[in-house]
Amino acid sequence: MRYISEFRDPALARTLATAIQQEAQPSRTYHFMEFCGGHTHAIFRYGVQDLMPPNVHFVHGPGCPVCVLPVRRLDDAVELAEKHDVILCTYGDMMRVPGTGRRSLIRAKADGADIRMVYSTLDALQIARDNPDRQVVFFAIGFETTTPPTAVAIKRAQAEGLRNFTVFCNHVLTPAAIGHILDAPEFAPGGTARIDGFLGPSHVSAVIGSRPYEAAAQRYQKPVVIAGFEPLDVMQSVLMLIRQVNADRAEVENQYTRIVTRHGNRKAQALVAEVLKMRDSFEWRGLGAVPDSALRIRDAFTDFDAEARFTITDKLSREVKSCECPAILRGVKKPTECKLFGTVCTPDNPMGACMVSSEGACAAYWSYGRQRSPQDAA
Amino acid sequence: MCLAIPAKVLRVEPDDMALVSVENVKKRISTALLDGVKPGDYVLVHVGYALHQLSEEEAARTLSLMAEAGVLQEELAEIRGDA
Repeated sequence: MRYISEFRDPALARTLATAIQQEAQPSRTYHFMEFCGGHTHAIFRYGVQDLMPPNVHFVHGPGCPVCVLPVRRLDDAVELAEKHDVILCTYGDMMRVPGTGRRSLIRAKADGADIRMVYSTLDALQIARDNPDRQVVFFAIGFETTTPPTAVAIKRAQAEGLRNFTVFCNHVLTPAAIGHILDAPEFAPGGTARIDGFLGPSHVSAVIGSRPYEAAAQRYQKPVVIAGFEPLDVMQSVLMLIRQVNADRAEVENQYTRIVTRHGNRKAQALVAEVLKMRDSFEWRGLGAVPDSALRIRDAFTDFDAEARFTITDKLSREVKSCECPAILRGVKKPTECKLFGTVCTPDNPMGACMVSSEGACAAYWSYGRQRSPQDAA
Repeated sequence: MCLAIPAKVLRVEPDDMALVSVENVKKRISTALLDGVKPGDYVLVHVGYALHQLSEEEAARTLSLMAEAGVLQEELAEIRGDA
């Protein structure tokens, strides 16, 4: 328990660890997927795995927005910046993700493309106001937490008559991904991997509420516990999952009641629903095409849709060879099972998105020294 | 980029905007996703938008946790725009 003194409340951490030890039945094994990269980070930072009995395992999920964006969409963004002479505004996390031929936004920028890192869609709107003669495209990525700000920006652009502002929309949906992961052959009975329950994301659930997970929990008979991002939250949520598994329950429970309600932020949901609509299908890195898992801009706002304004060419996009990001994102491989990990692929010279983003599983393994742990290499 | 940081509302401005303060860093954010935000409130801010209201106690606790986890400075740098 080398990390326990670093917990905000070490006594509570010890109590939770003891309860988990006592309630995890030796005859079972428990595999819990933490969907969100923020949880992956907390689990590693605080050594939560070390506080678990040997039959309780974490499976790292795809909840890293930068990581799940398929190479093709990144290549499209690079094309927008290079071929259409736009000002491409992007969240900083995207800059170093390698696209086909390891071409990233930062390389395109070095070669002269006008690519600007922004903190917020508010900054992208300001760039559009300041540059009326230029086309400004906001490269929108992210899960449900990051989607409402995109919707607000589009409404704002419409209200102001900002004709030079468009959005390249890549927003994706968490509950659809959970269902899709469980449909994968690896997770079928007798498959090579297992998930017995999910730690649900914190801030995504603040927006959408806990209700959208109920269908998947019931259909796949897997418990979901919405967990705060503090390590104590994670441990308490694991205990709640163990209790559900032991009692053969598969319900959605909410540990993060400080912030999350069943219905979430309805105002944010209404804004998103007004501006964006469901895509039939969307490609995720690692998961492939997932039906009803992403949003596009509604026809009423098509003037603000970069995919409508610009002709993006069809292209053959490729992952970096040997990069195991796709399998890692599905939870079927660990970073240490990738032969690039820690050798040619490091945070300073990332080959895959999971090493670029601090929310990626590879970056978490790297940062917290798990690459040296024989237990995890096994 | 999925992180949300607690901030105190200093002033409410037109067009659903507000001036907030996080660890003495002042920032103009949007409150378009919330109703009834007023000065003195604490809000969780994500990519420049207030996402949720929270208590002062929860705000302080979240900030100290972010500092402890080593992600506070990174977030503040992003907010200041020098990330």
